[in-house]
Amino acid sequence: MSRWTVGVDRAACLGTGMCTSIAPAHFRLDGGTSSPVSTDVEPDDAVIDAAESCPMEAILVRSADGEVLAPQP
Amino acid sequence: METRSYPFAELDHLQVNPLYFELQRDEPVSRVRLPYGGEGWLATRYEDVKTVLADPRFSRAAVMEPGADVPRTLPTMPTETNILSMDPPDHTRLRKLVAKGFTARRTEQLRERAQEIVDGLLDAMEEQGPPADLVEALAMPLPITIICEMLGVPFEDRGKFRAWSEAAVAITAFTHEEIQAGNKALRDYIGELIAHKRAEPADDMLSALIAARDNEDRLSEEELVSFGVTLLVAGHETTANQIGNFAFHLLRMPDRLGELRADPSLVPAAIEELLRFTALGGSAGFPRIATAEVELSGVTIKPGEAVFVNNITANRDPSVFENPHEVDFHREHNPHIMFGHGAHHCIGAPLARMELQVAIGTLLKRFPLLRLDGDVTFKKGRLIRGPQALPVRW
Repeated sequence: MSRWTVGVDRAACLGTGMCTSIAPAHFRLDGGTSSPVSTDVEPDDAVIDAAESCPMEAILVRSADGEVLAPQP
Repeated sequence: METRSYPFAELDHLQVNPLYFELQRDEPVSRVRLPYGGEGWLATRYEDVKTVLADPRFSRAAVMEPGADVPRTLPTMPTETNILSMDPPDHTRLRKLVAKGFTARRTEQLRERAQEIVDGLLDAMEEQGPPADLVEALAMPLPITIICEMLGVPFEDRGKFRAWSEAAVAITAFTHEEIQAGNKALRDYIGELIAHKRAEPADDMLSALIAARDNEDRLSEEELVSFGVTLLVAGHETTANQIGNFAFHLLRMPDRLGELRADPSLVPAAIEELLRFTALGGSAGFPRIATAEVELSGVTIKPGEAVFVNNITANRDPSVFENPHEVDFHREHNPHIMFGHGAHHCIGAPLARMELQVAIGTLLKRFPLLRLDGDVTFKKGRLIRGPQALPVRW
């Protein structure tokens, strides 16, 4: 299975800690905002869950070919 | 180490018991004894509170394990699981069913509707007064109308569910039997509403949750009912009380009030600062259970031990906020945790922010001479603090 890319819009991020609680292996809080531990990850539903749960929709998950996997519009 | 009885005495007028700040300074992780279920820890510093709320080594679901005897204010252990007593990934499974409806983007689309409701409420208040009670005129009806419209709960039922909800968020304000009866009545009410919506689905959040259950089996029937109750209660109790609390604070702070009236563009920053400053949470709710050994401010928490957090003191931690006991609408850095932190961060935070901005902003604009009319009595012995009534003149 091809890998995913994960990005966090740090200007939009409010540091709620949603993503770091839902997917602790993939996100960390740094100076009050979140950043991905790695921008290139093995497919993992927890990353999708984190992106779908972010109130600011600040997390973007894409497939290898650039398709947006989460958040859904 | 001294073990103190908890919750501490509740002071009037939204004041915070000074013992909290002494503990934060001298004994940031202290021993407390609850009326039932024995002892636990109380964390009062910002970083410790955030750790307890977000670190996966602390569990909410552990309070629901069979035989668990968790420190608490009520004689019986809760038996009904709801989203507030779940951990990821179960918690996430439920939360994401409605998360789209509560994003900052979606909430902005409701601002116009909130403004329309507030304008109508303040028109009525102006026609009928002065004096007026801001709780009944504005604070209660705005969030109730909005959450009813989002969930698909009939607004005309508000008299019923408000009374049950009052009991459901009580700690000592009602008897144990009344609190349980309030919870049961809410569950029965939402259960009936679900049956009705099953037959006649509408374009609302409850119907969407029913479809998620019936078509995709994404939650159980019990989870569906609990979720409906939680969304309805949490969707109005918090914001309704905060509108009253914020108005109370502002009307007693002439300098801050003048500043806000002179420059309405300060409203969003003022709301954030009042969120940081206002002691909404009355006392001991929602403990976390350690699932591994964790050190907090030099204290070792052992697996199985309960930890309570106080986000009111965390929001006034001097290591994070300068002059923490002062209300300052010009803070450059205001990372308050009034909405919590981690997986349980309030799903309605963007909605609450928007409602508070519209309610307080419009109130001050419409009534330049608004003032308190006599003393204000606050509700006591509840999870959520707020004025019983807020008599005003203009």
